[in-house]
Amino acid sequence: MKTREPFKWVAVGTIWTWLALFALLPNAMVLVASVLERGQDQFFAFAFTLASYRRLLDPLYLSVLLDSLYLAALTTVLCLLIGYPFAYLLAQAPARRRALLLLLVIIPFWTSSLVRTYAMVILLKTNGLINQMLLGLGWISEPLELLYTTPAVIAGMCYALLPFMILPLYAALEKLDRRLIEAAHDLGAGRVTIFRRVIIPLTLPGIIAGAMLTFLPALGMFYVADLLGGAKTMLVGNLIRDQFLAARDWPFGSAASAMLTGLMALLMWAYYQSSRRANRGALP
Amino acid sequence: MKSDAVIELRNVSKAYERHTVLRNINLQVRAGEFLTLLGPSGCGKTTILRLLAGFEQADSGEILIAGRDMRALPPEQRHINTVFQSYALFPHLTVFENVAFGPRLQGVRGADLQERVLEALRMVKLEDYSARRPGQLSGGQQQRVAIARAVVNRPLVLLLDEPLSALDYKLRKAMQIELKQLQRRLGITFIFVTHDQEEALSMSDRVAVMNAGRIEQLGTPRQIYETPENLFVARFVGEINTLFGRVVAVDPPYYDICVHERIVRLKSKFIFASGDRVNILIRPEDLRIWREHEGSDEERATLFPAAVEDVVYKGSTVDLIIRLDNGDRLSTTQFFNEDDQAIVNLDFQPGERVFVDWVHDWEVILPHED
Repeated sequence: MKTREPFKWVAVGTIWTWLALFALLPNAMVLVASVLERGQDQFFAFAFTLASYRRLLDPLYLSVLLDSLYLAALTTVLCLLIGYPFAYLLAQAPARRRALLLLLVIIPFWTSSLVRTYAMVILLKTNGLINQMLLGLGWISEPLELLYTTPAVIAGMCYALLPFMILPLYAALEKLDRRLIEAAHDLGAGRVTIFRRVIIPLTLPGIIAGAMLTFLPALGMFYVADLLGGAKTMLVGNLIRDQFLAARDWPFGSAASAMLTGLMALLMWAYYQSSRRANRGALP
Repeated sequence: MKSDAVIELRNVSKAYERHTVLRNINLQVRAGEFLTLLGPSGCGKTTILRLLAGFEQADSGEILIAGRDMRALPPEQRHINTVFQSYALFPHLTVFENVAFGPRLQGVRGADLQERVLEALRMVKLEDYSARRPGQLSGGQQQRVAIARAVVNRPLVLLLDEPLSALDYKLRKAMQIELKQLQRRLGITFIFVTHDQEEALSMSDRVAVMNAGRIEQLGTPRQIYETPENLFVARFVGEINTLFGRVVAVDPPYYDICVHERIVRLKSKFIFASGDRVNILIRPEDLRIWREHEGSDEERATLFPAAVEDVVYKGSTVDLIIRLDNGDRLSTTQFFNEDDQAIVNLDFQPGERVFVDWVHDWEVILPHED
C-alpha cells in the first residue's frame, strides 16, 4: 500500500488543482465581481454593492430570465418527446443495429456545435435548402420565414441537446428488465398501463438526468439564439455575454451569471433530494 | 376429450427460427391438479408455460383454456397468472403495491383491495412486510410475494417457472411443502416447471417428463419412477442401473432373459420375441448386496459376482459403487437396517468381493434403444 501513496497523491492532487484553478477560482471571481461596483477605467471598482443584483429584478431582465426558462423548458420537453421513443427503440434494437444507431447519436459530437448551428442557418435561411426544396416541389409560392424566429431557436437547441437527452434515457431503458413488462402483462395490464405504471417509474432517473442535461445547458446556449433567432430572442446566456463583451459591465454580467449558477444548483439540489427519496425504500 | 380438462394442448408445435422446441405436444391438465413439467434445460418445458401465459404464439396446434381457444388472446386477457423464475417483482413498488397491481387493474378499490391484498399476504405469511420494497426482502420472501401477487388474482391456472431454483436447499424444501399446501387450500390448478426430479416427484399429482420438445411420459410420480416407459425417463428421474440382456425364451408375460451368462425369468408388459435385445433397469435401492460369507452355494449360483469400487457414506444410507466381474458399473443404496444383524454395519471396504442381485419384479424391462 505504501508504494501507491505517491501515485494517489499525484492523481488526487492533479484533479484538485485542476478543479481549483479552472472551476472554483473562476466561480469565486464571478461571485466577487458580482458584488463590486462598476469602475470608470477598470472593469470594476473595489467597493461592495448589491446594485447588480437589484438591477436583475428589473422587469426587463426578469422577462429575459422567464423567456429563457420557458425556452429551455420547451426544449427539454421536446427533446424528451423525441428522445424517449428513440431511446426506447434503441434499447430494443438488436445489438448490431443498436451500435449503428448509437453511432448516429454520437456523430454530431464530432463537429463543434457552433459549426452545426451555422449549418442550420444554411438550411433555414430565406434562400436556404428547405425553402428551395419546398419551392421546387411547388408546395409554397414564396419562401417561408424560417430563420430568426423562436421556432428556429427551439429547433436549434433541440438539435444541439437531443443527444444529451437520448443517452441517459437509453442507459435507463437498456437496464429495464423485460421480465417486469411480461409480469405486468401477466397481471392484466395493457400497453398504456404498463408504460405509465412500470416503464416510466423505472426509467424516471434517466428522464430526470436527461432533463437536467438538456435544461441547464439550454439556459446558457447564447450562440444558438444569436445565429438562429437574430437579435429578436434575448436569453440569459446572451445577456451575460453582452454584459462582458459589449456593455463591458462586468459586475452586472457576473451577477446574472451567479444567479444562473444558483438556479442550476437549486435544480440539482431538488433532483438530489427527489432521488434520495426515491431510493430510500431500496436501502437496507 | 375429458370434460374436466382446464387446459388442453392439441398438436402444439413451436420453433424458434429453425430450431424446433416443441414437437406435436398433446396434453390435458385437469382442474385443480398439480402438474409438473420435468425435463433438462432446453427440453421445451418453459416454452409450454410461455405459450399458456400468452408470451409466445404456437406455430401450429390449438391451446384451449377452459374450452376456449386462446391463440388470439394477449396475456393480459387470460385468466392465468405466472410466478416467474426471477420473481419479476416491481422494484419501485412496495410489497403491498406489487400484490395490489393485478386487483387494481380489475377495478378493485378501497377496503376491498386492502382486504384482498392483505389476505394474500397473510397466506404467504408476509402481512407485516407490506410496506417494504422487494429490494429489502430475502430471496424466500421475494418468492412468497411473487406467489401472493399471482394468486391474489384468483387465476384459473397458476404457472410456476422454476420458482424455487434460486433458493438454498433447506428453504427450497420448506417452500415445496408450503406450495403444495397452498395449492390444496386454494384448489387452483398449478402447472409447475422444474428440472429437479426430486421436486417434481414430491410435489406433483402428475408429472410430464419432457425431452427435446416431446413429452416422454405423463403419469403419477409413482408411475414415472417405478414404471418408466423409456430409457430417457428411467435415467432422468432418479438414478438407475442398466443391465443389457437378450431374450432367450418367450412365455408372455414371462421372459427368460440372458444377463451376463445367467438366465433370469422376468415379467414384462412389453411384448418381446426370442433374440430381442433388452435393457433391464434397476433402481439403486432395489439392488441387494451379499457379502462373501452370506448365502448358500445354491443361492450364489444365481448371483452376480462383483467387487466394491467405492463407498459413499450419506448418513441415512451407504451408497456403494460396484463393478461386476464383466465390467459393468452399478450404483446401489444400502439402508441401515437394525433388524438385520448381517447388514447392521455397512462397513464395506473398497476392493471387497461381493455378490449382487435384485428383488425380482422391481426391475423394468425396456426394449433396447440405440
